[in-house]
Amino acid sequence: MTTTTPIADADFDFVRAIVRADSAIALEAGKEYLVESRLLTLARSQGLDSVGALVAQLRQRPASDLRYKVVEAMTTNETSFFRDITPFDALRTHIIPDLLVRRAQCQQIRIWCGAASTGQEPYSLAMLLREHFPALSSWKVQITATDISREVLEKARAGRYGQLEVNRGLPAPLLLKYFERDGVHWQIKPVLKSMVSFREMNLVGPWMIGEADIVLLRNVLIYFEVDVKRQILGNIRRVMRPDGYLLLGSAESTMNIDDNYKRVPVGRANAYQAAAAQERAA
Amino acid sequence: MRALIVDDSRAVRAMIGRIVRELGFSVVEAGNGAEALARLAESGTADVALVDWNMPEMNGVEFVVAARAVPAYASMRIVMVTSESEMGRVASALDAGANEYLMKPFDAEALREKLALVGVGAA
Ligand SMILES: C[S@@+](CC[C@H](N)C(=O)[O-])C[C@H]1O[C@@H](n2cnc3c(N)ncnc32)[C@H](O)[C@@H]1O
Repeated sequence: MTTTTPIADADFDFVRAIVRADSAIALEAGKEYLVESRLLTLARSQGLDSVGALVAQLRQRPASDLRYKVVEAMTTNETSFFRDITPFDALRTHIIPDLLVRRAQCQQIRIWCGAASTGQEPYSLAMLLREHFPALSSWKVQITATDISREVLEKARAGRYGQLEVNRGLPAPLLLKYFERDGVHWQIKPVLKSMVSFREMNLVGPWMIGEADIVLLRNVLIYFEVDVKRQILGNIRRVMRPDGYLLLGSAESTMNIDDNYKRVPVGRANAYQAAAAQERAA
Repeated sequence: MRALIVDDSRAVRAMIGRIVRELGFSVVEAGNGAEALARLAESGTADVALVDWNMPEMNGVEFVVAARAVPAYASMRIVMVTSESEMGRVASALDAGANEYLMKPFDAEALREKLALVGVGAA
């Protein structure tokens, strides 16, 4: 093993500028070791023996596929089934029942997961809907899951998970019901898979997303600087139905960033609605 | 809150014990199902039992069946913690009366999440 020497300052600055420009992910000073270790893995997969060599190639051909791969390598894709449980409790006890009433006429619910990673979040949602809201089986329910990373999207589409992943947060009865064993993997069954569609979308690129009744944007704003958070929260208000809901991660909030949201008091979940919607309901 | 840890490996009992003690549980240990029933009879029910499958004398699922037959233990939550990972095994453990199933190897976070799923300990 070579010892990991931190990336050269000039290379770090170069990578940081590219990652910031293409994904808005902010790599502050102090993240040199993270960049070094992620990019070393990428360098080796490209047949290069150092991060320095990788960055040299990147400088030569800045508009190549390698640039995308560097940005992708800097995404953090940590996720789990029913992560943090509180947002799923809020959906089950409050948000879905509310929308069942509000959408009784059109019988349609559209959900968007804006940083879906390897798919545990949208599949958890699909399981929740099937388990607790049988009435929705005759509705038009659309779950669209997007992410910037093609690699995680590919895995999400395949719906194949390892033991460590199914151990995390997934209730055993749901494992039995919605997965099939396939060698050392567990495969999501077609009934669930068919409920979710996956697509590449960069939150700081063009927003190609239709109207949504529920937006899940969990554990991704934390990687962005405040101006980017504000821009994304503003965009969400434009795609979210006026009485729709936004769910953020447990360490995320709209507070002091976008005053046009009001927190919805459902348990400990970070659930929000447009401020105007709450005034109307009051 | 009290956790009953049933596993024939002392090392595994110690490892699980560390995690649940950190969550504020007191711990009772047993090396197999029969011993576990004896511990319960001595000290009363536990809030949660974390139960291995393959053990001498009385295995984990036999223990689950026996414990579920005792009304005094009805509210005890049972999590199987085992290296058995076939779907059929998961199904028969739940049929026998286990509430959750955790496959070895696992990390502390996965165990904490299972405890939260069965309603003991915070998420
Ligand atoms: C930590 S995961 C969160 C997964 C899931 N929402 C959850 O809470 O468990 C963050 C995800 O955000 C994605 N991401 C980062 N920057 C992004 C961007 N600019 N546009 C879209 N997705 C992005 C990453 O690829 C990663 O999969």
